[in-house]
Amino acid sequence: MMPDSILSVENLTVTFKTRFGLIPVIDDVSFGIVPGEILGIVGESGCGKTMTSLAIMRLMPEQGKVTGGTIRLAGEDLVLASEPRMRDIRGNEISMVFQEPMTSLNPVFSVGEQIAEVLIAHQGLSKREAKSQAVGLLEAVKIPLPARRVNDYPHQLSGGMRQRVMIAIALACKPKVLIADEPTTALDVTVQAHIFELLQELRDQTGTSIILITHDMASVAEMAERVMVMYAGRKVEEGPVREVLTNPLHPYTQGLIACVPHLTETITPERHDLLEIPGMVPPMRHFGRNECLFAPRCKFVEERCRNERPMDGERAANHLAACWVENPNAEKVFA
Amino acid sequence: MPEPQAAQAKPELEAVREEHPLMETVRMFAKNYSAVAGFSVLSVIVVVSLIGPLVYTTDPFEMVWAPFTHPGNEGFILGTDYLGRDLLAQIIHGGKATLAVGCAAALLSVFIGITIGALSGFYRGWVEEVLMRITEFFQVLPTLLFSMVIVALFGASLPVITFAIGIVSWTAVARITRAEFLRIRELEYVTASRSVGARNFYLMMQVILPNALPPIVVQATLMVGSAILFEAGLSFLGLSDPNVMSWGAIMGNNRQYILQESFTLMYPGLAIFITVLAISLVGDGLNDALNPKLRQR
Repeated sequence: MMPDSILSVENLTVTFKTRFGLIPVIDDVSFGIVPGEILGIVGESGCGKTMTSLAIMRLMPEQGKVTGGTIRLAGEDLVLASEPRMRDIRGNEISMVFQEPMTSLNPVFSVGEQIAEVLIAHQGLSKREAKSQAVGLLEAVKIPLPARRVNDYPHQLSGGMRQRVMIAIALACKPKVLIADEPTTALDVTVQAHIFELLQELRDQTGTSIILITHDMASVAEMAERVMVMYAGRKVEEGPVREVLTNPLHPYTQGLIACVPHLTETITPERHDLLEIPGMVPPMRHFGRNECLFAPRCKFVEERCRNERPMDGERAANHLAACWVENPNAEKVFA
Repeated sequence: MPEPQAAQAKPELEAVREEHPLMETVRMFAKNYSAVAGFSVLSVIVVVSLIGPLVYTTDPFEMVWAPFTHPGNEGFILGTDYLGRDLLAQIIHGGKATLAVGCAAALLSVFIGITIGALSGFYRGWVEEVLMRITEFFQVLPTLLFSMVIVALFGASLPVITFAIGIVSWTAVARITRAEFLRIRELEYVTASRSVGARNFYLMMQVILPNALPPIVVQATLMVGSAILFEAGLSFLGLSDPNVMSWGAIMGNNRQYILQESFTLMYPGLAIFITVLAISLVGDGLNDALNPKLRQR
């Protein structure tokens, strides 16, 4: 990992107790993020993206446990941190924006009270100071008439507005890292663009690092500087966005990129067919096997893929991929 | 109703600004005629119980005339009881104790119920196991018998009676609270609140409880009614505070004469009946107003 990482996750393994036994839902994943960087984490549902973020926050469901690796925030290992220390970190040094803005605000308190609560808890502000800062935060996330909106209840706001409020809450204490877990999935496309713009602007102003979790390669292309692709709880590829998008090394990444619909200027008879990756994410009980978990869906599968887990290998500068096949030629198969 | 005015006052800058949830509840409640009727009757009863004793100053314990003077005779509107005490004075003065016991017992059981339900719904695991077994134990206990034992052991005074009623009737609240906590703890805003560093106590009291409150409020209201009935039942069996007049106590005092001079039991009984009915109507109205699924009816 880069030495100047603000958050560095190394060999993180999270196991779940299931009826099939202990299943590694996150399997030996490493990544880091430097101050002010936006890292995209991409993958299908059930690939461990959200679990990674919950592991960083130490908010995993009860059956989950970190069984290996470290999560270092500015040198401090969060896996070993005490619960009171974690409470102190959450919202203050790392915070999170959730997927569903309609349900992630408490319906019985005004948005101002909910923003103020974080400030009171972490910065020891008085109620009045916190309230006036809340107005400023609403203004920072571009909510019109913030002095009035501060007294509104969540049900009085639209989805995009609520997501802005969530961002305001998350950024209230100027955290070092913001984890945005599919922040725009539930929103309209136009609102999505606004939220992305806002996140980028706030990043530029505050220098907060952002981990953007998404299933959409297009969002990553728009937002992130670096991208990490996850599959079945493992990291399959990581690299600078431009590099990964133009020269994807892992067949799964190639598939994800080919899945993104393109807007063409003219409707021509030769419309590109949307490509899909055949098959599905393997069932959880297959997680952790010593094989490439993508092998059943892969066009380039070799004998070796089924017998041995490929490790991250650096193929180009800062560009890692976990694949046995040296240079699968994507063009032929996916395009 | 203040509805049309509110609608006129609204069209300001934001045309579709929705009203505060509390106001919506009040409006829904006001639409329900039986609930409003119950609320009006209940208000009258409360006012009469609080102010009545200052206006109608006849001492309810004072023997004022011959026993069993029939209603309307000798200037006694509701007649006199077996000791020749003014029945109207007894009912007016007894309302305060009856309502107080009802409210205090309901409050006590809501307090116990919320505590136990919240802890077991929030922490789950062995905490839930232990607390729910305790709840089930209290649930299968014969309630009247158990409270009679308590009153018999600790003496028939108002606080003991209140305690005896409260301690046997909290199980419903505990179960409702637990169910709501189990539902709400999985919602995203609880995780979101955790993600900004909320403590467990804060999550329970400030995040989950306010959202769990509507069904608890309904249950608490209905419980005031059942606590009043419970108190009457205990008093009827003679387990009432002899120094405090209550509706149940009037019935208990005149119990032996129920066949000969039934009016001595009928009037306090009627007072209890009307009060409990009014509370039930209010409770039902609250249920409809607070339950979003029933709102569109």
